Amino acid sequence: MPNEIPAGSVGLVTPQTHHFTQPLLLACGRTLDEYELVYETYGQLNATKSNAVLICHALSGHHHAAGYHSMDDKRPGWWDAYIGPGKPIDTNKFFVVSLNNLGGCHGSTGPRSINPATGKPWGADFPMIRVRDWVASQARLADVLGIETWAAIIGGSLGGMQVMRWALDYPQRIRHAVVIASALKLSAQNIAFNEAARKAIVSDPNFFDGDYLAHNTVPKNGLAVARMIGHITYLSDFAMGEKFGRDLRSGSFELGNDEPVEFQIESYLRYQGDSFANTFDANSYIRITKALDYFDLAREYNDDPVNAFKQATAKFLVISFSTDWRFAPERSHEIVNALVGANRAVTYAEIESKHGHDAFLLPDERYQQVFGHYLAGVNV
Amino acid sequence: MRIDLNEIQLWIKQNSRVLDLGCGDGTLLKFLIDNKQVQGYGLEIDAAQINLCINKGLNVIEQNLDRGLGNFADKSFDTVIMTQALQTLHFPHLVLDEMLRVGKECIVTFPNFGHWKARFYLATRGRMPVSDLLPFEWYNTPNIHFCTFKDFEVLCRERNIKVISRQVVNEVSGQALKDLMPNLFGETAIYHLSK
Repeated sequence: MPNEIPAGSVGLVTPQTHHFTQPLLLACGRTLDEYELVYETYGQLNATKSNAVLICHALSGHHHAAGYHSMDDKRPGWWDAYIGPGKPIDTNKFFVVSLNNLGGCHGSTGPRSINPATGKPWGADFPMIRVRDWVASQARLADVLGIETWAAIIGGSLGGMQVMRWALDYPQRIRHAVVIASALKLSAQNIAFNEAARKAIVSDPNFFDGDYLAHNTVPKNGLAVARMIGHITYLSDFAMGEKFGRDLRSGSFELGNDEPVEFQIESYLRYQGDSFANTFDANSYIRITKALDYFDLAREYNDDPVNAFKQATAKFLVISFSTDWRFAPERSHEIVNALVGANRAVTYAEIESKHGHDAFLLPDERYQQVFGHYLAGVNV
Repeated sequence: MRIDLNEIQLWIKQNSRVLDLGCGDGTLLKFLIDNKQVQGYGLEIDAAQINLCINKGLNVIEQNLDRGLGNFADKSFDTVIMTQALQTLHFPHLVLDEMLRVGKECIVTFPNFGHWKARFYLATRGRMPVSDLLPFEWYNTPNIHFCTFKDFEVLCRERNIKVISRQVVNEVSGQALKDLMPNLFGETAIYHLSK
């Protein structure tokens, strides 16, 4: 709990919800007749509405990116290190919009929401969502807010995929695209990790083919294992070794002693899994990881990313992290090379970090410099 | 602006596509964008220099030249430039080949190790030259592959590289003598190359 709001924080924020009544045709062919998006804003929209920045969240993210909901909050929003007055995404300059994506479980319409056609939670019947559906719904939120063109759209990981899709689908509505620790498409290894996580969920006896809410239960164990698998891939071997090593939480290896031994890393992973399982929805997890797997920016451009980026007019900032093996620097090289091939403006930095994929969320001096210097050059 | 940068821009066409290898703080690239309206990218590995490029609004890409230019297509740039970086590379001859594959033309500048001061230093003191232009000791210098103008031209001949033109520029001394005996009195050479 902050006794007082720290300097550089956007302070106390209140989420808002917009109810959309214009049907949204999804990539899967189904239509959402109506839906809600929950979002937060930080900073002030200027008179010409030229200073708006959209934040696109990743797999486990949501609308609460910065500040505090109450003085009782233990922690600020998930990207508080980068959003706030004087921070890289400077709220003295920008009007920042951060939403929870469709199909999520933090307030926007998703599998836990009531299906107006049945009066019951959507559950397993909630449509499959793709990155382009998120982008289309985000464009409608921009319409509601009166934002014709975003000064910048920013996202890490799965968020970066949304940024790239924006640049292709709505080139006139995005001036700067910031793509962090992302990829043009997932590798086979990446899809494999996602499938192992999904298998853990659907194997939980409490999953009930996705209709667990109708059975008044949730597949907590499966979701916890899914999160543990994911979490391992977000950290680097080095960072895990440095933080936990082989330290024991309980027990000992003394001869003649048969009490069970628990490593710190086991306890940590279990805690991460359990706390995630208490807040996240299993059907959302399945849909969001599927959206990751299906994403392939160049698919309808003859599998040629150069051809794809010829649709874009935005200027790009691409950032990767040296020890990120889930979205390795090589994946960012592919983005940069395609942008150069398409003759598009791009700046690229490879940040030396020991924190693996998680680095995109953590404070880092050079990352903050690159990010901040670039956004300082964005005209509003 | 360094004197060689001023000479380089004479060889760059309006609205052309330029790749600057080891672009430093981006001074040249910015100058070419402002004065020649080029579409330019700079490659750099130094974090502080990259920040300075970003401040100038340049397209700067973090990339180690020793890993090659395999990510750039054949003849995808009108001109590939490398100023004062040739001598820092592990494989200068291979990078030169790559520059000529990626660019229709290339511009390379480097310090002349055959300059009389370097020769005099080595001859009289028996130690590796240290000067205003080359202020490093042998063990900590980033300049690991020195050559003279003559050495460079031998390399060009061996690899069938065409020297379109060559200019010798001096900042410190020998303005009159540099054209007469460039390999002895020239400080920096600017080579304009094609294949």
